[in-house]
Amino acid sequence: MSHRVALAGNPNTGKSTLFNLLTGLRQHTGNWPGKTVVRAEGELRTDNHTFQIIDLPGTYSLYSNSADEEVARDYIIFEKPDITLVVVDATSLERNLNLALQVLEMTKNVIVCVNLIDEARRKGITVDKKELSRRLGVPVVLLSAREKIGVIQLMKTMDQMVDGKISTDPYLIPYEEEVEKKIEEMEPRIKEIFGDSMPSRWLALRLLDGDKNLLQALKTYIRDPQSVEIKHEPAQGGCCHGA
Amino acid sequence: MESKPIYQFHKGDRLEITSVQVEGVMRRRLLDLGFVRGAVIDVVQKSPLGDPIAFRVFNTSIALRREESSLIHAVKMEEDSEVKVQ
Ligand SMILES: Nc1nc2c(ncn2[C@@H]2O[C@H](COP(=O)(O)OP(=O)(O)OP(=O)(O)O)[C@@H](O)[C@H]2O)c(=O)[nH]1
Ligand SMILES: [Mg+2]
Repeated sequence: MSHRVALAGNPNTGKSTLFNLLTGLRQHTGNWPGKTVVRAEGELRTDNHTFQIIDLPGTYSLYSNSADEEVARDYIIFEKPDITLVVVDATSLERNLNLALQVLEMTKNVIVCVNLIDEARRKGITVDKKELSRRLGVPVVLLSAREKIGVIQLMKTMDQMVDGKISTDPYLIPYEEEVEKKIEEMEPRIKEIFGDSMPSRWLALRLLDGDKNLLQALKTYIRDPQSVEIKHEPAQGGCCHGA
Repeated sequence: MESKPIYQFHKGDRLEITSVQVEGVMRRRLLDLGFVRGAVIDVVQKSPLGDPIAFRVFNTSIALRREESSLIHAVKMEEDSEVKVQ
């Protein structure tokens, strides 16, 4: 059984470089259904597992401002990868964490890959991996996809995550009291409809935001869940959706 | 310190954003690009006609048209925090 891993992140953070490093020649590309956005998939075999890696388009956000953002959002929400690797640029963490925090609201199974660590070192930037991991509530791996640093640690962390040996506690942004109250009212209803198949807090926030694009995607999903190609695999251990 | 629309500052100025009054989808987009209250940005380049203007925001250069830059307000930061742009 292979586990699906999505690579998300801002543009130009080295997602494709990491993708190529992980998958070597075992990859193929196509288009996302109905979109002119390239979809690249490849296979990675670690000591214990086989992973199917999907290289998502680079975006600053996942609030469907563009076809790229829609593709990335839909993949994480509807296709539910077993792991989402959020690739961030070590030299501009402040910018990159915007997307990372959005992903943490969508799924628990996240590993934050701080890439371009070689470039950061050259610029005198150090990243406190332990503290970042503590604050974000998910594993953090320091990487240089170009200089092939940190890849073994990443594969180890991926193995541990699908083996259920890592339990995450993603940082969730606290909102104003008024918003939090509304979320609290909505979540039970959302859970009634979707069970554990949707991140209820995230969905409540999108609804409060009046995200019409997402509503449309949801309607399609409710009518025909297969239309978005959901391939459910049994949850592994304690760290996955619904477990 | 007086807050004004960011297109009224000059090349080389370092600004702190005080408000983003854009609405709707463009608002979301600008926030995602880093134009948030409290962010420190630099005026990098003005085109000959003054529109668009390039700003440096969290390590990335982003050009905005007058349409958007007139709705983002900022104050100029102290001289000693200024960066030299040639
Ligand atoms: N110094 C350094 N450069 C890197 C590293 N990883 C990637 N790069 C370089 O960064 C540039 C962008 O890499 P890509 O892999 O294309 O980035 P991407 O995230 O796939 O970009 P988009 O698909 O456009 O979002 C390339 O020139 C890479 O060689 C790294 O770890 N260190
Ligand atoms: Mg790429």
